[in-house]
Amino acid sequence: MNNLFNYIDKESPVHRLTGATKFVCLLLWNFAAMYTYDTRYLCVMAVLSFVLFAVSKIKLKEVSFMLGFTAVFVLINNVLVYVFSPQHGTEIYGTCTYLFGLSGKYAPTAEQLFYHLNYFLKYLASIPSVILFVSTTNPSEFAASLNKLGVKYTVAYSVALALRYIPDVQKEYDEISKAQQARGIEMSKKAPLMKRIKSAASILIPLILSSMDRVEIVSNAMELRSFGKNKKRTWYMGRPFKWTDIAAMIFCAFLVIVAVFLNFKNNGRFFNPFI
Amino acid sequence: MDTILKFENFGFKYDAQTSPTLYDINFSVKKGEKVLIAGPSGCGKSTLVHCINGLVPFSYKGKITGSLSLFGRETRDMSLFEISKHVGTVLQDSDAQFVGLTVAEDIAFALENDCVGEPELHDRVMDVAKLVNIDEFMGHAPTELSGGQKQRVSLGGVLVDDVELLIFDEPLANLDPATGKQAIELIDELQKKTGVAVIIVEHRVEDVLHRSVDRMILMDKGRIVADATPDELLSTNALIEKGVREPLYLSAMKYAGIEVTPSLRPGSIDTVVIGEAEAGKLRDWYEHAPADRKPAEAEDILDVRHLSFSYDGTRKALNDISIKIKSGEMLAIVGTNGAGKSTFSKVLCGFEHEDDGEIFFEGGDFKGFSIKERADRIGYVMQNPNQMISKIMIFDEVALGLRSRGVSEEDIKTRVEDTLKICGLWPFRNWPVSALSYGQKKRVTIAAIMVLEPKVIILDEPTAGQDYRHYTEIMEFLTELNKRGITVIMITHDMHLMLEYADRAVAFSEGRIIKDADSAAILTDSGIIERASLKETSLYELCKKAGIPDGTDFVRRFIAYEREVVRQ
Repeated sequence: MNNLFNYIDKESPVHRLTGATKFVCLLLWNFAAMYTYDTRYLCVMAVLSFVLFAVSKIKLKEVSFMLGFTAVFVLINNVLVYVFSPQHGTEIYGTCTYLFGLSGKYAPTAEQLFYHLNYFLKYLASIPSVILFVSTTNPSEFAASLNKLGVKYTVAYSVALALRYIPDVQKEYDEISKAQQARGIEMSKKAPLMKRIKSAASILIPLILSSMDRVEIVSNAMELRSFGKNKKRTWYMGRPFKWTDIAAMIFCAFLVIVAVFLNFKNNGRFFNPFI
Repeated sequence: MDTILKFENFGFKYDAQTSPTLYDINFSVKKGEKVLIAGPSGCGKSTLVHCINGLVPFSYKGKITGSLSLFGRETRDMSLFEISKHVGTVLQDSDAQFVGLTVAEDIAFALENDCVGEPELHDRVMDVAKLVNIDEFMGHAPTELSGGQKQRVSLGGVLVDDVELLIFDEPLANLDPATGKQAIELIDELQKKTGVAVIIVEHRVEDVLHRSVDRMILMDKGRIVADATPDELLSTNALIEKGVREPLYLSAMKYAGIEVTPSLRPGSIDTVVIGEAEAGKLRDWYEHAPADRKPAEAEDILDVRHLSFSYDGTRKALNDISIKIKSGEMLAIVGTNGAGKSTFSKVLCGFEHEDDGEIFFEGGDFKGFSIKERADRIGYVMQNPNQMISKIMIFDEVALGLRSRGVSEEDIKTRVEDTLKICGLWPFRNWPVSALSYGQKKRVTIAAIMVLEPKVIILDEPTAGQDYRHYTEIMEFLTELNKRGITVIMITHDMHLMLEYADRAVAFSEGRIIKDADSAAILTDSGIIERASLKETSLYELCKKAGIPDGTDFVRRFIAYEREVVRQ
């Protein structure tokens, strides 16, 4: 199954953590990575991310689609930052060191390049953790552990349910799209944009209508099997919290504390090597 | 307490409707009983199911009159959840009712909601999975299962609750004939093992009666019109009169002039008694029945040579397919899910591209033709009309293909109006699509394809889920188009459709064509039947009982007789 949300079943210490633990760790980890621009810290985080990948036994090849997608995104993002504020680095670090003997608004400065390095490192520290979360967390088990953390089970279950129906909807979209193309709806890049938007409607309307039918059937099927009867429910895929879960969360909390500490030490979010 | 369920002068009216859907319902179901409820679409059988499992009145609001009790308690005083402890429902569409990400979770669903803890939860799920024989697939996702396996999972999901009554709402609707037969056997076997009472709601009477039932209830227009044993009910003409198809062997017996009485045990082909007198009549009819007409010679419109295709590059979905289709033919493509029937039509329409082989249309190479260009020659109609309809008004829906081809509004008007006339939709030309019935919507989608004037039209399961009346309506319409010279290709699981309407049938199995012959020859060939997941027609068994040696020829004559004598 080629979904964006792609759980890869393996046996590893990362897989063994509960979904909720991984979710909390993900939030803490990313808060830390977003909070600081300290280059040394980000480097450590980036390295740690890849160590975690190795521990989880997820191969880079298996998540290549997501990696490629984010790589393109990061690249565009960096280019745009440079185009719109080429002097951002100078403003932050307070010095202006032109490189290669050039000068002017768009001339590269050491500060700007350093800023871009940090920016890039931030992604390097955070994106792998997101991908890792997605590929090592069984959605059902995630729903179960969210519920344990106090999220209402009806809400938690809807996560798992949505994932259950993604392949069905994908398949249906494909079929409808082909049949509509046969009737002459142009979906290829040859058609002008407005026409393509209109064409999309002629696929989406049948898709939405047939999904609505499905919603009614599912909600009946669920009610007939006691969904919503009690305030609580148990989970087939649920797992008890273990000491490793606690340890993982403590470690991530520690990362946040370090990030906050660095903030005071650096007198701000940036580590400045130029002064 | 022997009676599980009891209806007394029961009636029901939905809040959104002006007249009641059910009137004067009186019947009861005892412990361990097996009841078949049949009736045409719109007779109220689905509403009746909802009344029993509690969706009426708890999810669908309305006004109840009379009494419906479960173990002596009025169900309207219970809750939906209380009812579901006693009554398990297997819904019609096993694809959509699957709620878990895996088989195990789906079976566990009801237990989870009842807060059953470990280790009991895992143990009970395993026990039930073994009971329905799906325990080897616990970690599989629904999309990875076959139709029969899905049915087993949905059964497991309700059996896990130790219910006393199981309701099956059209269990055969999405299954191929062989899987349907297994499903009926599975239901029978489970009932014997667990002693639950079973209600099967289905209009495919002959298929359900493959295993005996205690009683048959026939419904029409919201009322029960008959409640008797199958032997009694099938001795009358009630089924035909109410628009439900009667078993084929019975039709044959009636054509032969045999007076069907309960003493002949007509409830099933296995029990029906063909004595000397009956056998004599059947042989006599067979000898005098018109012989099958020879198909007229015609040019090949489609010539497919050595076609191969694979979705993933390893498993061949189509493997060296060669077939010639004549202009003006009515052809059925049959075979189990995944045999390659749909893939074959997708490759023809250009939705997928062949890896190998050639397709010739009227002698010209099809390669290089886009989806749109092929669509001008081969029209494709999807199974579910809701998957095709994207306009509000019928006229616009039919005009869609022409508009996107840049035809002038003037021409569009005449062509759409002509097509609507041919398709019997002229009276509705200014109606919104939503006001039409399912069968009429199907017509709209066919009209939307016909307006492009293709020479060939491919229909995916044209009659799936339709009762006998709608089935006949759709098929007669297609026959009408066929007479106008359109070549009709039907992908189907329906053996009746094959027998009654297809000149020729092509059986697919594992990406190959395993037989290309007339339907009678295919449905009497046991090797092909097994490989293509079909079921032997009961006519063949009838021949054996009557001592007619050439069963295939008997089936051919039966079809010819129906076409030429009965349907005129």
